[in-house]
Amino acid sequence: MMRRGFKIMALLVFVLMLPVSAGAAGKSIATANGGVGVKRVISPGGIEAWLVEDHTNPVISLRLAFRGGAALDPSGKKGLARMVAALLDEGAGGLDSKTFQQRLDDLSITLRFDAGRDRLTGKLRTLTENRDEAFKLLRLSLTVPRFDAEPVERIRMQLLSSVRQDMEDPDTVASHALAARLYPDHAYGFPVDGTENSLKAITGDDLRRFARDRLGRDNLFIGVVGDVTADQLSASLDGLFGDLPDKAKLTRITDTTPKTDGGISVVDLKVPQSGITFAQVGLKRDDPEFFTAYVMNHILGGGGFTSRLYNEVREKRGLAYSVASYLYPLDHSAMIMGVAGTANAGVSETIAVIKEQWRKMAKGGITQSELNDAKTYLVGSYPLRFTSSGTIASMLVGIQLEDLGIDYMEKRNGYVEAVTLDGVNRLAAKLLDAEKLTFVIAGEPVGVETTH
Amino acid sequence: MRANLYLILAFMFAVFLSPGSVTASDGVFNPETFTLKNGMQVVVVSNHRVPVVSHMVWYKAGSADELSGRTGAAHLLEHLMFKGTKSMPSGEFSKIVARNGGSENAFTSLDYTGYFQTIAVDHLEKMMAMEADRMTNLVFDQKEVDTERKVVLEERSQRTDNDPASILREHLNAAFYMNYPYRRPVIGWEHEIRSLTVDDLKNFYRRWYAPGNAILVVAGDITADELRPMAERTYGKIPAAPEASRDRPSEPAHKASRTVELADARVSQPSWTRSYQAPSQVTGIRGGAGTEHAIALDVLSEIVGSGSSSPLYRSLVIDQKLAVTAAISYSSSGMGPTRFVFYALPRTGVSMDRLETAMEAEIKKILNDGVSADQLARAKTRLKAEAVYARDSLSTGARVLGAALASGRTIEDVETWPHKVDAITVDAVMEAARAVFDGKPSVTSLLLAEEPK
Repeated sequence: MMRRGFKIMALLVFVLMLPVSAGAAGKSIATANGGVGVKRVISPGGIEAWLVEDHTNPVISLRLAFRGGAALDPSGKKGLARMVAALLDEGAGGLDSKTFQQRLDDLSITLRFDAGRDRLTGKLRTLTENRDEAFKLLRLSLTVPRFDAEPVERIRMQLLSSVRQDMEDPDTVASHALAARLYPDHAYGFPVDGTENSLKAITGDDLRRFARDRLGRDNLFIGVVGDVTADQLSASLDGLFGDLPDKAKLTRITDTTPKTDGGISVVDLKVPQSGITFAQVGLKRDDPEFFTAYVMNHILGGGGFTSRLYNEVREKRGLAYSVASYLYPLDHSAMIMGVAGTANAGVSETIAVIKEQWRKMAKGGITQSELNDAKTYLVGSYPLRFTSSGTIASMLVGIQLEDLGIDYMEKRNGYVEAVTLDGVNRLAAKLLDAEKLTFVIAGEPVGVETTH
Repeated sequence: MRANLYLILAFMFAVFLSPGSVTASDGVFNPETFTLKNGMQVVVVSNHRVPVVSHMVWYKAGSADELSGRTGAAHLLEHLMFKGTKSMPSGEFSKIVARNGGSENAFTSLDYTGYFQTIAVDHLEKMMAMEADRMTNLVFDQKEVDTERKVVLEERSQRTDNDPASILREHLNAAFYMNYPYRRPVIGWEHEIRSLTVDDLKNFYRRWYAPGNAILVVAGDITADELRPMAERTYGKIPAAPEASRDRPSEPAHKASRTVELADARVSQPSWTRSYQAPSQVTGIRGGAGTEHAIALDVLSEIVGSGSSSPLYRSLVIDQKLAVTAAISYSSSGMGPTRFVFYALPRTGVSMDRLETAMEAEIKKILNDGVSADQLARAKTRLKAEAVYARDSLSTGARVLGAALASGRTIEDVETWPHKVDAITVDAVMEAARAVFDGKPSVTSLLLAEEPK
């Protein structure tokens, strides 16, 4: 993650192309009637993976996730999950870091790990001809990672550099402060990346214990897309994952509600444009009204150039280049979150407009034509998500993690279609609460002060 | 850039423009092409796995084609293209795209401006009609220009003024290019964005937005035979316009090395870069390296400065423990003269002088020790694999071909690139290296943390 992920690399490319949404549909296995041909593959040893076969290109993409992420990092060692993730591909088994990385490079195999609040994830991409070697490197990285001193110190140094750079960025500063404010006594209140002090406190034993305890077959979910048959995959799974322990040792996290008090906090940062984040209580992914909330949020502040927040904040008033809201369900909590970037002088107006839109939708709901437009967009654009074998493999993992069913890709548009005007309006009235919408601003906003 | 996702061009240029494979099908993307009577070139990349297409229109005009004193015109115009036309009210374009389940965006770069939608193939002709409409019928409303100007100023704050590294990069560009328009920021200088008039925007639009200066690229579930009548019914109706020529001043040979330095209290991670004048595939360096070295330079940067197994990273990051990261940035795909850049981030406690000395030693090492046949072969293998991965995505072909045609290259240049890479020898790599940085002046940039007072 770190090696190629540095800000500076992006910044140095001399053609500054202003950003493009990654909207292009690439390969998909979706057929006209919505069937995607997901196969459940179970190995002789009982390991399950979901597979979409596609032999058009000699490419195989595998994605995996272990339940349990940075939220389980021990106190004083925040950032542990992410540090482990950054080190799993830095030497394993008989291969030291240099040899391991050289092997990946020579065979053009991509192998990366990352950690979020609730998961540790991995991705593998290989040409078919290098499948066996790619699978072997994945197996070694998960079962016998080395955590040699050189890569441990190098990666720690890179993570520290990255954490320090984050503290220059108003959006990141604001979102960290918001998490701390909403979850003051909970694991969700800490940054996934850790802090300078916590990263320095992580020892080799911490890393080894994590790899030994946290990666089990019972909390593992696997998705594969591409040039491999069900039989070939089935025959590979035991070799790949059979050496993992049956059960991971995971500590428990309590369910919690974010403490949204409607206040405003300002974090001082010398920048011309403030980063604004805001949040209120949301719905978890398994909530029966999740799709209603999804459609509601699309109209309020969701993607594209048509949402109410986009129109009011950007199109009509020119207050921000970016403004959006999104659902943020976690395993043990849920939020509706939003972000905006506004000149320091415009922050109070932007906050007022956002709150007004929140109130307006809670009170007046949405119109039938807004609902129709949202549905046609969300239904029609679903196939565009199938952009590459990697994206589809990642969807396969997500569907398993949320236990949505192997036919979810076929049913998903039906869930969107089933959302009603009454449903959205009732939910908006019940859920959206401008008085509880809590703001954190990083910058030097004019006329905005911390409320308590 | 209507949206706010950081999709870095490195992605397109460094990775996908390096599709270096020699396969059974021989070409890279195997596109079909034809030209409409009004001069608009059409490129089709068929891919029938999903009933979806990526529809793109590229204009051969970017920020480097703006008039002096009018920086930001290309980009502000791009934003205004989402407002109304003579027959379509403001904001309607995006609503129609969304109602049809499409996603859309646009981008402005130094050399081109592009617009695209990704959408079910059933709705393609509607998109073509709308895109053709806004090629010539855009309405310029003073109030909308002023509101959108505010949005762009916010965009500039977000990208540049909020971030010391971006501010330094802007100064580095202006220092590096003494005469060529790449010295100006794509988004424009703030004071010039503020002073752009409706007429400035109209003039840019009228000069460059015309079928003969545009390229239509469609990738996905369609063939050239199916697309041609649709193209004739939509874009084909636009009258031909006089050809606009891109008369850019050229860059003199650099004769003095320079250093650009920014110390800012916000900086927590310093950085160091050194840029040398280098040719692209289209433009050579006056009095220096010619375009024939461009592909060898792609290979050189892949060998020496790409990834954590590269000699540069191994030496500075792993063995000497001086840097957080170290690499080379180069792409042969621009239209104008480009540069070959070494860069590194120092570790805490490592002085810039020490890092610079070590990097200079690495550069000397390339010139003295050369690259090996084994390194060359490994780099070629990696580039070949990238080509297979590039074909795995539907939009990649459209982007690579559109960018090439909009910046002075041909379809053949893209399709034969793998053969050219395969033909590169160790000698060719070393000749290119010597031509670009043996005893040549360079521009160094230093991003520093401000010393506490």
